[in-house]
Amino acid sequence: MAVAATTETGARPSWSGRRPSAPAWAGTVPFFAYVGVFLLWPTGIVVVDALKNPNGSWAFSNISELGDPLVRGYFIGSFKLCLLSSVSGAVFGAILAYAVASGNPDGMVRRLYLAISGVLAQFGGVTLAFAFLVLLGPVGLLFHASWYFDFPWGIGLIYTYFQIPLMVLVFLPAIDGLKVQWREASENLGASAWQYWRYVGGPLLAPAFLGTTLLLFANALSAFATIEAWENQIAYIVPQQISTALSSEVGLSNVNVADLLALGMVIMVAIVMTGYALLQRRAARWLR
Amino acid sequence: MAAVTALSETPAAASAGRPSGMQTRRRRRLNVFRYLVFTVFGLFFVLPLLAMARFSLEGAKLGTWSLSAWRQIASFQGIGVPPLLSAIEITLELAAITCVVTLVLLVPTMIWIRLRVQWLARTVEFLCLLPLTIPAIVLVVGLGSIYNRIQHYELSALMLFWVYVILALPYAYRALAAGLNAIDVTTLSEAARSLGASWFTVIVRVIAPNMRQAILNALILTASLVLGEFTIAYLLLYDNLQVELYSISRSTPNAGVIFSTSFAALLFAFVLLLILSYAGRLRRGRG
Repeated sequence: MAVAATTETGARPSWSGRRPSAPAWAGTVPFFAYVGVFLLWPTGIVVVDALKNPNGSWAFSNISELGDPLVRGYFIGSFKLCLLSSVSGAVFGAILAYAVASGNPDGMVRRLYLAISGVLAQFGGVTLAFAFLVLLGPVGLLFHASWYFDFPWGIGLIYTYFQIPLMVLVFLPAIDGLKVQWREASENLGASAWQYWRYVGGPLLAPAFLGTTLLLFANALSAFATIEAWENQIAYIVPQQISTALSSEVGLSNVNVADLLALGMVIMVAIVMTGYALLQRRAARWLR
Repeated sequence: MAAVTALSETPAAASAGRPSGMQTRRRRRLNVFRYLVFTVFGLFFVLPLLAMARFSLEGAKLGTWSLSAWRQIASFQGIGVPPLLSAIEITLELAAITCVVTLVLLVPTMIWIRLRVQWLARTVEFLCLLPLTIPAIVLVVGLGSIYNRIQHYELSALMLFWVYVILALPYAYRALAAGLNAIDVTTLSEAARSLGASWFTVIVRVIAPNMRQAILNALILTASLVLGEFTIAYLLLYDNLQVELYSISRSTPNAGVIFSTSFAALLFAFVLLLILSYAGRLRRGRG
């Protein structure tokens, strides 16, 4: 309610001009204050602390600790898992999206699959690991996969469970953007189905496909709950090691390990998301 | 699964809806491909859920059926953790508080920006979508000191709502922005203002009721996010539903109750999101 009250005081219509009032932007102060305290400040703390010594002086050389073989191992683990789950999620998701898109646009199947994808793309966390444990794990009902606890194959399979639906959701509009006329035109010119995909459809969809793959990559990068419930004894990826570092400050000497690892993740996500934004812009050129 | 394949068998409708100039033979091949894909992916999506449902109904002896895991939800007491029911309660309360705070923070701000301070629109959009790119695990590292301070005043896990609002921002923002785009905010507010309404009345009694559907969407997305949140609660050492399930699974492996509770929570989220997609379809049908 405080927000509404503030906006009202800042709300004298400019054309009334009877007495000076708070500027219009004052109404947005609560929002900016909240976001500042709970989003920007914590992120700032991470960056600053990662670049400082425990005694408070600046130490940009801390960055080089990211090259430490042990630390690098976690980043390589993260990279492997994200690459596996984003590429397989993107490929299978694209196949499913094509199957959905080639049906009736108002059909039941499409609505059903979109609704399911909307739910499952959000369905990560502890529960997902439980579900796969009782399907494929040591007590699995379907079969007992010997590779269930192998990294990255077991956990990669679990990740595709939310990656494929996300791919369907994000990639479907791109496939819908392929105009029927383009297909007809290439058929009239005598192109085979393969030639159509090789020279027309494929190149048109490539930026959207790569962009969405990067989005899936970032999505897998920040996932933590599923892998923690899958295996909590061994740290394979950066988020797990951050969790370990937060609960026990042992590890690298005189460096705030959790902050440094978190900074490394921010850098990784920033690179991936920049690539995503650039590819989205490229994709939007044709598919609107 | 049978339902999915049965529903998908509308080749005539499919081709009528999308005249693609393909020959009959190729269309038939495409349909075979589609049914195959729908079946395989349907199985992939359904089997883990079925396995979890089956496990939640497991009796004392392997292969028997029993409802005991479902009855235990109300009374289960793990080793060294608070009762399951209290974690469920806390999580539901958190969902409610987070929904209210998110709406109170976001709805007036977004309307106000449309009406009076458009030059801030891009900044607000950027800030709202930012949590998508900052992993929760990074946020939690920086939140440590802030939560230390909060814990001086209040120890309850309900204090998690402060950061859950941030996590919910992107989803709530997009839902609300879609709703705002669908109505003519300027005309509505000019009409109300020229009839003597205060800005408060414009926002709360004129524009907000016109975007009821968008507000409902934002509420549902926020609630389902809070129900599934694990990372932040776990690392800040609070007990919510997901953390509780995780601790139970560590102390009592394969306890039936974690599967029944997970499944119940999942069904709850499913129902919420189905309401969302159903309500969205109704709106499209009318408009």
